[in-house]
Amino acid sequence: MANFISREEAQRITERALSFSEADEARVNLSSSDTGNTRFAQNQMSTSGDATNATLSISSALGTKVASATTNIFTDDALRRVVETSEALARLVPENEEYMGELSQQTYPDSSPYFESTGELAPERRAQAITAVTEQAAARDLISTGFLIHQAASTAVATSNGLFAYGTNTRVNFTTTVRTPDGTGSGWAGTSAHDFDDLDTRALGAVAVEKAMRSRQPRAVEPGRWTVVMEPTTVGNMVNLMMNQTSARNADEGRSFFSKAGGGTKLGEQFVDSRVNIHSDPMDSRILSTPFDGQGLPNKPMSWIEDGKLQNLNYSRYWADRQGVQPTGFPSGWYMAGGNSSVDEMIRSTERGLLLTRFWYIRGVDPRTILYTGLTRDGTFLIENGEISHPVKNFRWNESPIFMLNNIEMMGEPVRISSGESSGLTNSVVVPPLKVRDFTFTSLSDAI
Amino acid sequence: MKRREFVRHSAVAAAGLGLVGNSDLKHGVLSTSTFGAGIAQDREAMAMAALNAAQMAGADYADIRISTNRTQRMSTREAIVTGVRDSETSGFGIRVLVDGTWGFAASRDVSTDEVARVAQVAVAQARANRAAQRRPVELAPLDWTGRGEWRSPVEIEPFDIPIEDKVALLLEANQAAMSVSGIAFASSNMSFLREEKFFASTEGVITDQTIYKAAGGVNTTAVSADRSDFQSRSSTDVMPKGVGYEHILASDLVGNAPRWAEDAVQKLSATPVQPGRYDLVLRPSHLWLTIHEAIAHPTELDRIMGFEANYAGTSFISNPEDFLGSFRYGPDIMNIQGERSTPGALSTVGWDDEGVKPEEYLIVKDGILNDLQTTREQAPWLSDWYASQGKPMRSHGNSYGQSWAVTQFQRMPNVNLMPHPERDVSEEELIDGVENGILIDGSGSFSIDQQRYNAQFGGQTYYEIKNGEITGMLKDVAYQIRTPEFWNAMDLIGGESTYLMAGAFGDAKGQPAQSNSISHGCPTTRHRDITIINTGRRA
Repeated sequence: MANFISREEAQRITERALSFSEADEARVNLSSSDTGNTRFAQNQMSTSGDATNATLSISSALGTKVASATTNIFTDDALRRVVETSEALARLVPENEEYMGELSQQTYPDSSPYFESTGELAPERRAQAITAVTEQAAARDLISTGFLIHQAASTAVATSNGLFAYGTNTRVNFTTTVRTPDGTGSGWAGTSAHDFDDLDTRALGAVAVEKAMRSRQPRAVEPGRWTVVMEPTTVGNMVNLMMNQTSARNADEGRSFFSKAGGGTKLGEQFVDSRVNIHSDPMDSRILSTPFDGQGLPNKPMSWIEDGKLQNLNYSRYWADRQGVQPTGFPSGWYMAGGNSSVDEMIRSTERGLLLTRFWYIRGVDPRTILYTGLTRDGTFLIENGEISHPVKNFRWNESPIFMLNNIEMMGEPVRISSGESSGLTNSVVVPPLKVRDFTFTSLSDAI
Repeated sequence: MKRREFVRHSAVAAAGLGLVGNSDLKHGVLSTSTFGAGIAQDREAMAMAALNAAQMAGADYADIRISTNRTQRMSTREAIVTGVRDSETSGFGIRVLVDGTWGFAASRDVSTDEVARVAQVAVAQARANRAAQRRPVELAPLDWTGRGEWRSPVEIEPFDIPIEDKVALLLEANQAAMSVSGIAFASSNMSFLREEKFFASTEGVITDQTIYKAAGGVNTTAVSADRSDFQSRSSTDVMPKGVGYEHILASDLVGNAPRWAEDAVQKLSATPVQPGRYDLVLRPSHLWLTIHEAIAHPTELDRIMGFEANYAGTSFISNPEDFLGSFRYGPDIMNIQGERSTPGALSTVGWDDEGVKPEEYLIVKDGILNDLQTTREQAPWLSDWYASQGKPMRSHGNSYGQSWAVTQFQRMPNVNLMPHPERDVSEEELIDGVENGILIDGSGSFSIDQQRYNAQFGGQTYYEIKNGEITGMLKDVAYQIRTPEFWNAMDLIGGESTYLMAGAFGDAKGQPAQSNSISHGCPTTRHRDITIINTGRRA
């Protein structure tokens, strides 16, 4: 049985903490998790870990003087101490004119991203999921490495104004990199899910094995602007960069791509290809997420980009109040609509281009254009006359999701991806594969 | 100066940084005894119960880390305090070896029943993982067993400084930045950590360490009058250290804020760089990150052996036996040292997270690859190399776990580029020899491939050098390198007067990704004929 804090226990602990509060307003955030992970390398398990933890954080306000304290010990003494600490700190800090007070009870979308298959996952089943990959690799004299992590968790928010919100969720992420013993080939596959039963590690292992075999002995082709067929993981990495820059405040303040020269924001303007549509919705079964944020604000369904137009920016409670709009919440998952083209069709339609599997070490270069740099890895192939002709050396790219989403040629069916570079537990991100022209590569890399 | 002497010398300098008598400071407004009191239970008794339970369940080896971390963070923007948070987390993690396979389990509940349960979980997990075992884990021998205590060299206990003083300092720094014409935004922050870490193993090591870390910083942003451009300047020349509040005072955020703000304003009108090839003069405030990415990471032995291939990557140094003793990393004047002893550096500790006393060693000696970073599991992989060198096969003491909740593994020591071995070369001399070049200050954008060949780095500020003179500010600069060529293009290294212990919080490695704090000491260097790109593109 997964070991995390139940609704009743959460109610008891948060009420107990609030009962010690002498502040004008207070908010308690309680999170707990039962996490397990296994790593593998050289076709065997290397390290693994199981951990149970829980954290209680209290934010205390004396007028508009606000401070927080956090603990993971929940005895009465510890709860009293953490409350007193936050109040002692609050007494000493200046007034915060941006403090919006604590929310009263809210109505939340009905979303429950919890699955028993993940919550009750035994170490043996975890080990079996991995041997389904290591055995395939060993049988082909390849070297597999990878990572499986799963978590069952609960989060609760309670305020002195009567709000109580509680939610549970499960998440799992699996990724594998398979390399050839001569070090000239490497292939990757991976995904994330809420439901462990949705995860087919054998199939993912087969993809990584196939890519490792096909990527051996890559040849160099010139960097420059290329037509690329982007597998969904690379698309998600890029679009994530843009979604993280949607702060309304930064846009209004003139320090964002979404700022308009001369003042104001790009809200309502078409800024990418008219086929681009991005939404978030905690109830959408494809992108399930917890239906409230850390302040207890509902994460309601939101449209961010519609037919290439900027529909919404992310308004915090303070900034929304100042601008006279509703706060938006911020999605802990998002969905980008796609089209009808398969990756095979994208390849067949390409005279000369590149197929990209995975990106690496993505870092910001210029926030004015959301320009980032990064590299390709673990499966980069040349496409010639509608076919994959041979593996190529990896590239460094310098590119922006804005330019990329203006250069779309074809879109495929959206799929769930492992959206973080470290393959940890991440938000639900569902994106299509894309064929894009003029993707900018600036140099070659010898890395395999 | 011999290397060891130099370390001692820089240690004295670091210890003397910004010494402020405690009498200058108000005390006790928020007593530390009210919070972060940690674990009430007897940690040693708890540790022995855990190790016994692990052995009873069938572990051949076990260790336990019991820790309490106290952190305090505060952040501000302009005249507003955006966050003040005090945190404590306590718990324990038990690592076991069963027939050469690892298991690890952890819990926040430090109680006799729970340590026994968690020890059994760790052993059961190791048994489940043993199914796929191909090569059992073997541990390098220990030279030392016994009891030890260690504490970071702290002059001023950061948790004793009243919060209003800290917040007032940050708001004053913002105000100092905002007073510069053209500055639209200023934000600042401070953070402090105190980690009380108790370690015990079935091989008879018991250590009790108290580790401090402190950081403060300012970020300034200028927006052009027509709102068509914005530029930021971060205080990356003020870097975190493994000491107390004296580091914040020495950083002089208020005094430096106008300088950082002026840089941001000046960047708006700086000349966009012409792409091409330039000589580079790199200050330590910038160079440390290039050393980190292109030397410290590729010399981690677990990466080299493929254990990090799925995320952090492997290394161009493969196979190690083809590189050790023969690979020319750079010129004869290049020496790279690994150590965990410089006072105030972020990797400095008494013992690592498997009870090994860290050693000082040369990763690169006179330009040639000489050694690699190891833990007890990894040192045996180099036994042939050590035998050929007449050295004992021992761990370098480079094991670390970010918290009690995750298993320890190989993390880098302080990896330092030593100053010029013969003379105190000045920055002026380095610039003097440049006809067409760029001086880079501060760390900026950074990215490197998974085998550590191709890297791209930006900075905070860039200055054009023409015929040995700095002529003006540039912007939109990044350099692209291939690691071996870049270090072999280093024709001159600054002397000890240019040397700085630099670093940062937040280096990620492992799965689940663990964050580590890193320090890299280095002098200013000069590199010939490096590729520069212009990163400015308009939407």
